Amino acid sequence: MDEKLALLRLEGFQKLLSTLRDNGYVTAGPTVRDGVVVYDEINSVSDLPQGFRDEQAPGRYRLSKNGGSAFFGYAASPQSWKKFLYPSLSKVFSARREGAGFSLIHEHNETVKYALIGARPCEIAAILIQDKVFTGGAHVDDAYKARRENVFIVAVNCAEPGGTCFCASMGTGPSVTAGFDLALTEIVEDDRHVFLVKTGSEKGVSVLAHIPHENADDGFAKKADDVTKAALSKMGRKLDTGGIKELLYGARDSRHWEKVARRCLACANCTMVCPTCFCSSVEDVTSLTGDIAERWRKWDSCFTTDFTYIHGGSVRQTTASRYRHWITHKLGSWHDQFGSSGCVGCGRCITWCPAGIDITEEAAVLRAPVEPSTAEDQGRGHEKP
Amino acid sequence: MSCGSCGPLIPKPFTITKVGKETSDTFTLTLAPGEPNGGFAFAPGQFNMLYLFGLGEVPISISGDAAENERLVHTIRAVGSVTGPMKALKKGDMLGVRGPYGSAWPVEEMKGSDVVIMCGGVGLAPLRSVIYHIIRNREKYGRVALLYGARTPDDILYRKELEKWRASLDLEVLVTVDRGLAGWKGNVGLVTTLVRKATFDPHHTHALVCGPEVMMRFSVMELAKLGVSHDNMWLSMERNMKCGVGLCGRCQMGPFFVCKDGPVFRYPVIKDVFGKREV
Repeated sequence: MDEKLALLRLEGFQKLLSTLRDNGYVTAGPTVRDGVVVYDEINSVSDLPQGFRDEQAPGRYRLSKNGGSAFFGYAASPQSWKKFLYPSLSKVFSARREGAGFSLIHEHNETVKYALIGARPCEIAAILIQDKVFTGGAHVDDAYKARRENVFIVAVNCAEPGGTCFCASMGTGPSVTAGFDLALTEIVEDDRHVFLVKTGSEKGVSVLAHIPHENADDGFAKKADDVTKAALSKMGRKLDTGGIKELLYGARDSRHWEKVARRCLACANCTMVCPTCFCSSVEDVTSLTGDIAERWRKWDSCFTTDFTYIHGGSVRQTTASRYRHWITHKLGSWHDQFGSSGCVGCGRCITWCPAGIDITEEAAVLRAPVEPSTAEDQGRGHEKP
Repeated sequence: MSCGSCGPLIPKPFTITKVGKETSDTFTLTLAPGEPNGGFAFAPGQFNMLYLFGLGEVPISISGDAAENERLVHTIRAVGSVTGPMKALKKGDMLGVRGPYGSAWPVEEMKGSDVVIMCGGVGLAPLRSVIYHIIRNREKYGRVALLYGARTPDDILYRKELEKWRASLDLEVLVTVDRGLAGWKGNVGLVTTLVRKATFDPHHTHALVCGPEVMMRFSVMELAKLGVSHDNMWLSMERNMKCGVGLCGRCQMGPFFVCKDGPVFRYPVIKDVFGKREV
C-alpha cells in the first residue's frame, strides 16, 4: 500500500462519516454527555465535542466550552474504545437443560462493524496491546478477534494533551504511527479548518477514494508536524520507564505499598477506565424454571477481594498487595507476559482515581530511597518520602 | 463471525459414567466424551474446566490414566458453590468440559532418575495421573517414592490404590496423617517428616509436589536439605481461574499465568514469587 497524504475540508470530513455508514459501519465517536466526553454512536460531525476542552488533574475532570472550533480539542475521556472491542458485558453461551444433561444453544450473532472516529495514538496503542492479550496466545478470544477484524479506525493525532497525559514517556503518542486505517491531524487556523489525512491501510485508501479531498502539499505536512510537536511539549505528566520492571520487582516488599493503601479505596476505577486492563469474571444465570442457563463474561478488577479467592480465602487480602499487583503488572510484568508495557500513558487512572493516586508519582516515589518510619507516615501518606 | 459452539470458552457436554465416593467430602467422577469415539488426550498434570449447568465452572486437575483416554477422571473436593453441588451428581448426569489446559509433569525429563512424589490432601489427585504413567513405564524410572499426607486416616484418598501400589513392591508408599484416630498405627505428622524415611538418591531425583502452599514450601526446604536440586523440583500451583486459557487475568502469580504457564512449574522459575505473601 502506498501511504497517501490528502487534505479534507469539513464537507469531506462529514462525507467520511456518511461513507463509512454507507459501507455498513456503525460510526462511534466522541460526544458530550453528562459533563464528560463519552464514546458512542455518532451520526454527523455535529455530534462531536466541537469547542470543548477538558481540564484534567489527579481526581479531577472538568469539561467546558472554550469557544474554539476544534472538534478534537479534548484529551482522554473516561471511556476508552475497549468497550466496543471488548464489551464490559458479553454472553459466553446459553445452554438448555435436557433430561439429566444439557445442550448448548446455537446463537448466531452478527458482529457489529464499528468505525472508531477519533481514536488517539495512545488509545490505538492500547488496542494493539489488547490484540496481543486476546489474540496473540495459544488460545484466541474469537469474539474479540471477529470484532477487531471488522473495525475501521480513524485516528486523530493529539493536539491538546491533558494534565494527566504522559504518552510521550510511554512512546505511544502524541502522533500515531501504526494501527489505523486513516489518520487525521486537525489543523485550526484563523482562516481555515482542515484535516490532513494519512492512509494506513488498503481499507483506508479505498474509503478515501470515495470522499472529496485535495492533494496536500508539504506545507500541510509541516503544519501537522508542528501540531504534534507542540503537543509533545504539553504533556501534563512524565514517567521514567528506565529499568521500571526491575524496579517494581525489587520493590515487592517495600513499605511504600502500605502508604498508597492508606489512600487507595480499592474502588477499581483505575482498572475500569484503563484501556488495556483486560481482566474478567463470569456470572452464571438461569431462567426462573432453571431450564435455560447463560454464562456471561464481565469486566473485573484485581482490586476486588473476590478476584483471587480460592478455598481458604483471597490471595491478595490487603489493598497494599492489590495496588502493588496492579502497578507491577501494568508497568512491569506486562513486559514478561506480552513484550511491552501495559501502560500507554493516557492518564485515565490518575484523573478518575477518587483519591487522586498518580501512577507516575508512585513510580517516581519507588525510585527514591525509602526512609525509616516516621510519625508523618501516619498522615495521608501523600508526601514523598 | 461469532460462533455459538466453538472458541476456548465454550464447554463440551460429557456424560458421567461413574461416581465414586472417596472420603466424606471428596468424590471421583468418570466422564465419557460426548461424541462417540471421541478420546480425550491429555498429559499428566493438566487440568480441565468443569461446568455444572447453571452454577458455574471450576478448574479441576485430571486424575485418571492418560493411556486410557476414552475415560476422563476427576477427583473433586466439595468445598465451594460449584464443587459442593457437584457432589450430588449421579451416573448419567452431564458436565461441560473444556481442556486440557496447562503444563504437565516432566515425565520425559525425569526418565532414568529416582522420583519422589510428595502430596498433601487432595493434592494426590493431580499426581495420580503421573503415578499411572510411571507404573505403565516402570522400567524407565529409578526408585519411586510416594509420600502422602492426609488430615486424618478417614481423609486418605485412593486408599485401595495406595495399598495396591505399596503391595507392588517396586513403589515405596509412605502415608502420614496430621491427626490419628482410634486404631491408626501409622505415621502421625507432617508429610515433610516422611522425606527422610524414603529411599532415593537425592542427587538423582526429581521431586513432584502438590498440596497447600505452606506444605509445598516446607517440602522444598526438606528436599533441598537432603541435596535434591532445586532444578529437579516441580510444583503444581493453584489460583483463582475463570477461563483457564490466559484471558481472564485472575490466576496471575507475579509474571506468570498459573493456567497457561503452569499449573506445574519448575521450582526455580517461580522461586522469586513462590511462598511470598499476597503475590
